[in-house]
Amino acid sequence: MLSRTAEQLYWTGRYVERAENMARILDVSQRLSVQGRKRSSEANEWVAVLDILCAESLYAETHGEVTEDGVIAFLTLDRSNPSSIYSCLHTARENARALRSNISSEMWESMNTTWLAIRELTDSQLQAQGLREFFDWVKVRSHLFRGVSYTTTLHDDGFAFIRLGTFLERADNTARLLDSKFHILADSGTDPAANYYEWGAVLRAVGAFRAYHQLYHDVITPLRVAELLVLHPQMPRSLRFCFDHVSELLGGLSAGRRLECERMAGEFCARLQYGQIEKIHTKGLHDFLMEVLDHVADLSQQISHDFMMTV
Amino acid sequence: MAADGIFDEMYGLDGAIRSSYDKIASWLDATPDAAFATKRAQADLLFQRIGITFAVYGSAAGTERLIPFDIIPRILAANEWNLLERGLFQRVRALQMFLGDIYHGQEIIRAGIVPASHILRNDLYRPEMKDVDVPGGVYVHIAGIDVIRVKEGEFHVLEDNLRTPSGVSYMLENRAVMMRLFPHLFSENRIAPVDHYPSELLRQLRSVAPQTARHNPTVAVLTPGPYNSAYFEHAFLADEMGVELVEGQDLFVRDDAVWMRTTHGPRRVDVIYRRLDDDCIDPLAFNPDCLLGVPGLLSVYRNGGVTLANAIGTGIADDKSTYPYVPDIIRFYLGEEPILKNVHTFRCNRPDDRAYVLDHIGELVVKETQGSGGYGMLIGPKATKEEHDKFRRLITDDPDGYIAQPTLALSTCPTFVEEGVAPRHVDLRPFVLTGRDGMALVPGGLTRVALGKGSLVVNSSQGGGTKDTWVLEG
Repeated sequence: MLSRTAEQLYWTGRYVERAENMARILDVSQRLSVQGRKRSSEANEWVAVLDILCAESLYAETHGEVTEDGVIAFLTLDRSNPSSIYSCLHTARENARALRSNISSEMWESMNTTWLAIRELTDSQLQAQGLREFFDWVKVRSHLFRGVSYTTTLHDDGFAFIRLGTFLERADNTARLLDSKFHILADSGTDPAANYYEWGAVLRAVGAFRAYHQLYHDVITPLRVAELLVLHPQMPRSLRFCFDHVSELLGGLSAGRRLECERMAGEFCARLQYGQIEKIHTKGLHDFLMEVLDHVADLSQQISHDFMMTV
Repeated sequence: MAADGIFDEMYGLDGAIRSSYDKIASWLDATPDAAFATKRAQADLLFQRIGITFAVYGSAAGTERLIPFDIIPRILAANEWNLLERGLFQRVRALQMFLGDIYHGQEIIRAGIVPASHILRNDLYRPEMKDVDVPGGVYVHIAGIDVIRVKEGEFHVLEDNLRTPSGVSYMLENRAVMMRLFPHLFSENRIAPVDHYPSELLRQLRSVAPQTARHNPTVAVLTPGPYNSAYFEHAFLADEMGVELVEGQDLFVRDDAVWMRTTHGPRRVDVIYRRLDDDCIDPLAFNPDCLLGVPGLLSVYRNGGVTLANAIGTGIADDKSTYPYVPDIIRFYLGEEPILKNVHTFRCNRPDDRAYVLDHIGELVVKETQGSGGYGMLIGPKATKEEHDKFRRLITDDPDGYIAQPTLALSTCPTFVEEGVAPRHVDLRPFVLTGRDGMALVPGGLTRVALGKGSLVVNSSQGGGTKDTWVLEG
């Protein structure tokens, strides 16, 4: 397929996933903030959200002081923020428009319909509708896009590039979310009630609350949450799950060419496959997660080199 | 009811319902306006959701809007279509021969039919194409000929579009939407299908591949990109044909061949259906400031390493200043009388014609010879005195730049507008395909309708709408 097309499909996958992740990040932060345990201003959820996204300076330029309403506006409908849900869905839709001959008409229609709905939405309408409603809507549109892609298009290289974008973006997001929550929830210590509400909110935001209980049959502890979201092979938002898929997709795409990106993904996959959460924790979860982010960035660059700059 | 002296597609000249419209007339009678309004709103939603939009020049970048779609079809009887088909084939065949001739022996110039200066001094004549042999001798693979009806059994050609004519996607999508909204109309009427246009197009494009790639040619559609007004159509056609939609940046020239950049390295391209003007197609050969094309493409093309559809240099044959010569072109190459007449045209570079135009400007339509899309045009009866004076000056200063025609008697067709069902002026653009082994015409076309009362401007860039076009099976 055309290199440009591959790149646009890859970014379409990433942007749809990013919109969903943005909704999830905001969802968990809002759940935590209404639970109202007093925190220092540096450990405030909303500062942490901007920190996860490395968006503090852009926010400061356009909104000034960090407030709940400000951060929510900045990440939902702010047109000047390229990572707001609005901008992600817009970029994904513009990509899809350029890709129309490479995606199914149902994929295009689902993205276009999403875009038409958010295009006219104002902050006050958003508030009136309710934030949770809105976050749920964003998640549903993302689910719809994935479902429509899965069932209406050939499972060929193009489809693989979309999925590649989805999983890399998701791995990136899981690492960021986990890192930030370990940072601000560090002081909860071993208090089971605090852990239940706070880590429970994190689990709910990534759709893993039920999974946690199915797997551990026990109280919520931060380390188990980390294990679930880093190492569990069946948890769809875990790093292990994402990298297993990335590795498999790259294997298919490189079609025996032994590309560097395939090797890189495989190597990292093995680390997750044989990793133990206690060891990772002892050596420092934060450092490990930072390494994951670097790895996602390097891999994304290598993918671009191996498939998009072939000539 | 039709206006005086204007042919109506449903009522003819005398007000009696024409037989091809029998069933539609009773459908119109039986359907209340409110039901039409609902259906039209549904149609708008469908178009918006499918994203069949049209980018408008001059408005903010990326602005898209819908071309208004009218739900009352325009109908042509089988015998009318036969006449049109013969006339269109004749005209396109002659224009192909004209292009082959002016880029080779130039017999038509030596015969004194078309003056040498008219051809050789025209910017649209591409000297780069002189003595280049194009595969199968085909220059115009896709022609969109704008036709108007003047009376029963008589159609005139308004304009030949031989460069990158657009609109065929609307022919196909209009049909799809009509079948979805009004399935019963399609069981009551025997309507010739049009859906095979993309497969016919692909067949014709493959037939003109370079010799080296005859067996399994790679075809691609070349677009200026998502911000072009017709991008939807480019993507639609590539999709329907199952070929790549490429931009200039996806292609490069190496070893006297054209290649696409793919995830598996370079892949050779044999036939390019290009929706990019000559000027932009190769910055090394033509306009160096236009970066939408492929550097070096012309030289590969001239050596036969790739086929372009349409060929470079076809603009000379559809230029409005060439149009008045077309009947003679048909007579010269085919020895036949034109089946489809031209609209009478005054050439402002002839002193007698010019004097007439300057005197009667209030009754005439004045067009720039190189304009398109309804820009640079004066509709005498609708224009102000200042506009008349302005065009008088323009014509006097540049007589070669203008032609004039009597205000056209475009036929009308019942159309659903604000005040209900009312006659509105329509034209018709059928698409003639030509390949190595002959010509093809899908039974249908794009009917454009001027939505304003009495308006004659059907261009979508100027607020015109479209209708589904039915050709009834005999």
